[in-house]
Amino acid sequence: MRRGEFITAGVLAVLSIYMMWKSTELNIGYIKGEGPGGGAWPFWLSGIILICTALIAYNAARRTSPPSQSDEPVLDAEGRKMLIEVFGGIFVFVALVGIISMYGAMLVFLFYYLWFLGRHSLKLSLIISIATPVVFFFFFEALMRVTLPKGMGFTEPFYNWLNTIIY
Amino acid sequence: MEILAHLSGGLWDAVQPINLILIMMGVTLGLFIGMMPGLGSVNGVAILLPITFLVPPASAIIFLAAIYYGAMYGGAISSITLGIPGASTAVATTFDGRPLALKGKASLALVTAAIASFVGGTVSIILFTLFAPMLASVALSFGSPEIFALMLLAFATFVGLGGDDIPKTILSICLGLVFAAVGFDEITGRPRLVFFDISGFLHGINFLVLAIGVYGIGEMLWTIDTTRGKITSTEAKISVKGVVTDTKESFAKGWRGMSIGSLLGFFVGILPAAGATPGSLMSYGIAKLTSKDPDSYGKGNPDGVAAPEAANNSASTGSMLPMLTLGIPGSPTTAILLGGMVIWGLTPGPRLFAEQPEFVWGLIGSFYVSNLAALVINLSFIPLFIWMLRMPFTILAPMIFVLSIVGGYAATNDMHDVWLMLGFGLSAFFLRKFDYPLAPAVLAIVLGPIAEPTLRQSLLLSSGDPTIFFTRPIAGPITIIAIILIFLPLINLIRRKLRGAEPSGA
Repeated sequence: MRRGEFITAGVLAVLSIYMMWKSTELNIGYIKGEGPGGGAWPFWLSGIILICTALIAYNAARRTSPPSQSDEPVLDAEGRKMLIEVFGGIFVFVALVGIISMYGAMLVFLFYYLWFLGRHSLKLSLIISIATPVVFFFFFEALMRVTLPKGMGFTEPFYNWLNTIIY
Repeated sequence: MEILAHLSGGLWDAVQPINLILIMMGVTLGLFIGMMPGLGSVNGVAILLPITFLVPPASAIIFLAAIYYGAMYGGAISSITLGIPGASTAVATTFDGRPLALKGKASLALVTAAIASFVGGTVSIILFTLFAPMLASVALSFGSPEIFALMLLAFATFVGLGGDDIPKTILSICLGLVFAAVGFDEITGRPRLVFFDISGFLHGINFLVLAIGVYGIGEMLWTIDTTRGKITSTEAKISVKGVVTDTKESFAKGWRGMSIGSLLGFFVGILPAAGATPGSLMSYGIAKLTSKDPDSYGKGNPDGVAAPEAANNSASTGSMLPMLTLGIPGSPTTAILLGGMVIWGLTPGPRLFAEQPEFVWGLIGSFYVSNLAALVINLSFIPLFIWMLRMPFTILAPMIFVLSIVGGYAATNDMHDVWLMLGFGLSAFFLRKFDYPLAPAVLAIVLGPIAEPTLRQSLLLSSGDPTIFFTRPIAGPITIIAIILIFLPLINLIRRKLRGAEPSGA
């Protein structure tokens, strides 16, 4: 945890410096007759962030913040496994949206989570992972008239067929 | 008298079929959300806000406010039957609720919680009805310096009263404010902070992308990581006859807690940094402190259930007061509601009362109806809710992830924002591990688009002289209070050092 506290503060410091640099694309000073320039607000706030990261690192060095006193790892083996399985799953879900559509990706993700991670029965996993996208489809496309991503071209005939039901 | 006329109109609006259905749905969903460990009102409202964009704003906010209300009732159910708070607002309810359940009095605890929630809700709504129009009419005269001073006060309460690590709190606020500045500079019209020149940043960072990232994805990961153990629930049998005797008993033994919680909760709820969680903890503390028998607390005293439950409902109404009258949210949940109102094209703040009276009074009317609906639904379906609590988290969690992804997309119709949301979610998970408070960032991204222009306009008004925030009659005192609050932790630290005691943290 202690090392993590320094790394987090370091990453945030780099981010704040980047944001300060990016803010200077606009005027960061006071323009007479116009008020503060467009970059002033984010520039000085990012500056405060930078000062805060220094204070956080200072506190961590003096071991006054709880994370800097802890010897526990940020993520133990089980935590790492969880993060890879769960967050990895979500990541793949979002990546699949552009290929097999939001509804298809939803189905795959739910089945993966319920059957593989949740170890639920095949029947229950299939029912939930098929029913959810169907409910979502009718709620969003038919009821709310919101279109969610349909993926690549090959899904088109399928959605055209579905659209004939709802329109 | 004028208030009564407005109120009756508002009540009439609230019982219109569509609104009544939305209230029932919202309250039921809220009860469920509040009850599920790892999900609170703020998660529910953040994740579900995008799907309300297509109903009229008045109905949408009534639905979301009903969720907020229901969640305050629902938190108690898991606190009592599982011993795990369903939401942070119900932490204090476990102290006496769980012992009561273990003694076989789960039914008394659940009924007391429901009745206290109702009392707290009702008292606070009456206070709200009386105070809101008054405050709004005062706030009508506010100009840019006053509004900016109020923003400063909102952030200062997080620093002074939030109780988290000070540099981390300030960092969180500033990060939210900078993220709010991404996109276009409103005054010069030039693109600003377009990170790595990715065009997706040109439309700015929608507050929902951050809110769902933090509360939908980050917090879910955190809950999965921390609650690896199994959860066991206590049986609770509820009968009509039992409810009647329990109601009598809860009034007899819990009236003190209910009155303390109702009043204290409301006023704590108004403060931006505080909200329902500290309100309920403080009410529990004061009920115990002023009791003739403080030792019975923590062992199953109904008063210990009544005080926090009255307080969290009261605080949720209280936190809507500054949101509607000043345009400043009183809690993270109301911050998201406020962001929603902006998307719906409403300008929260004093003018809302004058320009959109139907909206405001319809919402106030819905508070009364939601409160009653929550009581009835809660008491009639307690066994069903307890049964639902046995639903494995491995079914609930993927559903929440799916809702978050769809919600993140629906907010802006851009996959760029979904990826950004994943990034925020993962960052939030790690930042939370290192005790970075994230509610200030969510509040800041909502308030940023109001805070920055008011600051710039004020400085333009005074030709760059910052003393404008000190010399105006209303802005002055607010700014001074805000500055005192920001330095309060530092003053405390110095005082402790002078006394020679070891400081317990920076």
